[in-house]
Amino acid sequence: MKTFAAFVRKEFKHIFRDRKTLIILFGMPIVMVIMFGFAIRTEISNSRIAILDHAKDAHSQKLKNKISASEYFNVVTELNSEEEIGEIFKRGDVKLVLVFPQDFGKGLVNENHSPIQIIADASDPNTANILSSYLQATFQSYVNEELNLQAPNLNITTRMMYNPENKSVYMFVPGVMTIILMLVSALMTSITVAKEKEIGTMEILLVSPLKPFVIILGKIIPYLVLALIIASTILLLGLYVFNMPMNGSYYLLFAEIFLFVLCALVLGLLISTVANSQQTAMLISMMALMLPSILLSGFIFPISSMPLPLQVISNAIPAKWFIIIIKNIMLKGTGLEAIMFETGVLVFITVLLTLIAIKKFKIRLE
Amino acid sequence: MITVQNINKSYGQVQALKSLSFNVEEGQLYGLIGPDGAGKTTLFRILTTLLLADSGEATLDGLDVKKDYKKIRKMVGYMPERFSLYMDLTVEENLNFFATVFQTTVEENYHLIHDIYQMLEPFKKRKAGDLSGGMKQKLALSCALIHKPRVLLLDEPTTGVDPVSRKEFWEMLKKLQQGGLTTLVSTPFLDEAELCDEVALVQNGQILKVDTPQNIALAFPHKLWQIKSKSNYKTLKILKEFNQKISAFAFGNVVHLATDLEVNEMMIESYLKNKGVEQIQIQAIQAGIEDVFMDLMQ
Amino acid sequence: MNGEKVIEVKNLSKHFGQFKAVDDISFDVKKGEVFGFLGANGAGKTTAIKMLTGIWSSSSGQATVAGFDINRNRNKLKENIGYMSQKFSLYEDLTFKENVRFYGGIYGLSNKEISQKTDEMIAHLELDNIKNTLISEIPLGWKQKIAFSVAVIHRPKIVFLDEPTSGVDPITRRQFWDLIYETAESGITVFVTTHYMDEAEYCDRISMMVQGRIEALGSLDELLEKHDARNMDEVFVKLAR
Repeated sequence: MKTFAAFVRKEFKHIFRDRKTLIILFGMPIVMVIMFGFAIRTEISNSRIAILDHAKDAHSQKLKNKISASEYFNVVTELNSEEEIGEIFKRGDVKLVLVFPQDFGKGLVNENHSPIQIIADASDPNTANILSSYLQATFQSYVNEELNLQAPNLNITTRMMYNPENKSVYMFVPGVMTIILMLVSALMTSITVAKEKEIGTMEILLVSPLKPFVIILGKIIPYLVLALIIASTILLLGLYVFNMPMNGSYYLLFAEIFLFVLCALVLGLLISTVANSQQTAMLISMMALMLPSILLSGFIFPISSMPLPLQVISNAIPAKWFIIIIKNIMLKGTGLEAIMFETGVLVFITVLLTLIAIKKFKIRLE
Repeated sequence: MITVQNINKSYGQVQALKSLSFNVEEGQLYGLIGPDGAGKTTLFRILTTLLLADSGEATLDGLDVKKDYKKIRKMVGYMPERFSLYMDLTVEENLNFFATVFQTTVEENYHLIHDIYQMLEPFKKRKAGDLSGGMKQKLALSCALIHKPRVLLLDEPTTGVDPVSRKEFWEMLKKLQQGGLTTLVSTPFLDEAELCDEVALVQNGQILKVDTPQNIALAFPHKLWQIKSKSNYKTLKILKEFNQKISAFAFGNVVHLATDLEVNEMMIESYLKNKGVEQIQIQAIQAGIEDVFMDLMQ
Repeated sequence: MNGEKVIEVKNLSKHFGQFKAVDDISFDVKKGEVFGFLGANGAGKTTAIKMLTGIWSSSSGQATVAGFDINRNRNKLKENIGYMSQKFSLYEDLTFKENVRFYGGIYGLSNKEISQKTDEMIAHLELDNIKNTLISEIPLGWKQKIAFSVAVIHRPKIVFLDEPTSGVDPITRRQFWDLIYETAESGITVFVTTHYMDEAEYCDRISMMVQGRIEALGSLDELLEKHDARNMDEVFVKLAR
């Protein structure tokens, strides 16, 4: 026990004396969250649109006012003819043109139905999609308000569940947390073990009466603590800077974070059994862990739109399950029963990796 | 105390150790002398149970390096090449850490390292990475000694260290030996062979010779001359053309010339004078380890 | 030796805070000289070499190397010196030929010159069998000889050698010194550090640093006489202890 405490104390000293790495470890999550949170927003505000109104009646006027008042749209100009639509898109002045048909108001009142046309600049498909669905939503709500009694059965409301404003922060906070935890846990442990091999201290540790699992545990625990502190930092940022909701239990959340970090740490140790230098450890961690965690976890690209082989592979990636778990807890406020399967998969992966890591840990140099 | 029998070890195509055998008696200061690439480090790793030999047997205090590796790891003090220390920990922290790892305390065995650690005491708050080569070496030795090992295995402890630190280091080893410690030490410095009780000269994974340094020097099969002159380099070149020479090597500012036994001083002197060498001083000398080593290499 | 000075150092110092790593040293090295630069670990040798090779600037004092000021004309200086150390010399994952091509390229040699130099080296160092072998698979002694030849590939005025023969077997070490002498005779000054005291004795002149200062400087015979010693080893111990 005393040996173990000494080992852990030594690891903490390594961590705290390497100021530059420590600053990066704590600075990176903050920078990443802020970057994703502020700069790369996918929600819309003040998007430039144009309107071509063939109807020019009361309803179209009211709807125009409603649209202009919304914070999402900025009506730049009104067009006079269909020809102008092509020109204004070519100039890149607006992202979308809304066209009211000739008998817009009449159709709305008499037939409960009046088509409007939305023409969007799909060279930026994401924005085009979001804009047109926002516009549809605005149209629907107008119809509901103005003609509420007449058309209850025609509501095709697109309600954005759990993220009504489609805020990207809700997506990025769990994503960034996953990646940072993977980085701190897997990358850092694999590097520290490789470093001991490089400077030769591993030789002395192996020759000492230290048991292999003491070495493993001694390497894991400091980074477990570090990872939990970093996770809390990201969580605080998400909650207080970006007003992310937290609807579930904190105990459950931290238990799941703990599980994921453990899984990543064991992955790191596994890498260090293969890598003999810090450089190799870093490369393997980056290629084998970081990239799949970013690309295949559903953080940036939705898994459902991937080709089938990639969808299958994504099941083996702990980050995928962890992102689902966090979102469930934070946004939906679900308890353990709803995420039993995902948690089970993470536990399974962790146990499997631990068994492999113990088996692969070498008591000799070869 | 240490037995090595027909040890073979290969890395892929490269044969690092070729059927190596020697024995170290209890309480001996034993030297493994040879240049880099001779296989010294591989042998140390086999003895410290870090590598397995392809074939052959080795024991430490009767314990087999393969079967009894756990017991061996408790009783050896090992100092790998390049002084394996934590460069971001202080002198004190390194020592305390290694003491704890070996399940002891610095206080308990302080008497073992007292002499060495005294020299480090003024720097105990300094990080190991900021120490000079000689100081690092002393700290690494302290760390290897702190758990009172029965056998000390030192892999090139004097490489990269200045002559004064080297001398101090060997004085420490002599003192430790008086305390009854068995030590196996490797070095590429041939002059250090003379400080050992017994040495094995190694080259390319093979043992060239095993004996006491005195016997090795006496076994030099040729007559050896030391020749001093005005321009050593020119004299060396001229001596390399000498018909009766077996070998001619520069040794600092003199040349060591090995010849057949019938050659005498006059023959060498007249040869050199003929070639125009000035200020010639010729002296028959006893061979040293380096002379023997080079002779065995050829 | 025609007395032309290729290194001139006057009152050179380098301070790190309160610590004087190099403390007011002055010396000259002549063209074609083999100059031994000795000192205990931590005496300031490495710091001095880093200043003379234009890697670090000095805190005070002046020095010119190959006629260029070490603080003001670093680029010119670097073109006119060669450097080789035990730790860094050749790329282990390139072959002999590739290393030569690389270093020749760095120093601006033409392709023709490079292939000519390569052939010369192969003939001179007897490398025919290993010219296409990776450096990592070549024995240390040969590696160091190759590294030295590569360090002088651009015919610099001075070559700095930092413990070039550490760990090399005794015969190869002597062959290495044969190369040093040949190079010096061809007019390239050799500035060398070593922990082998017999090698120090091969130098034309020897300097000895102790705690940042040059405590002794002269030919071997001068030093032996002055310090009443039989060999360089004794001189070293007397000065450094």
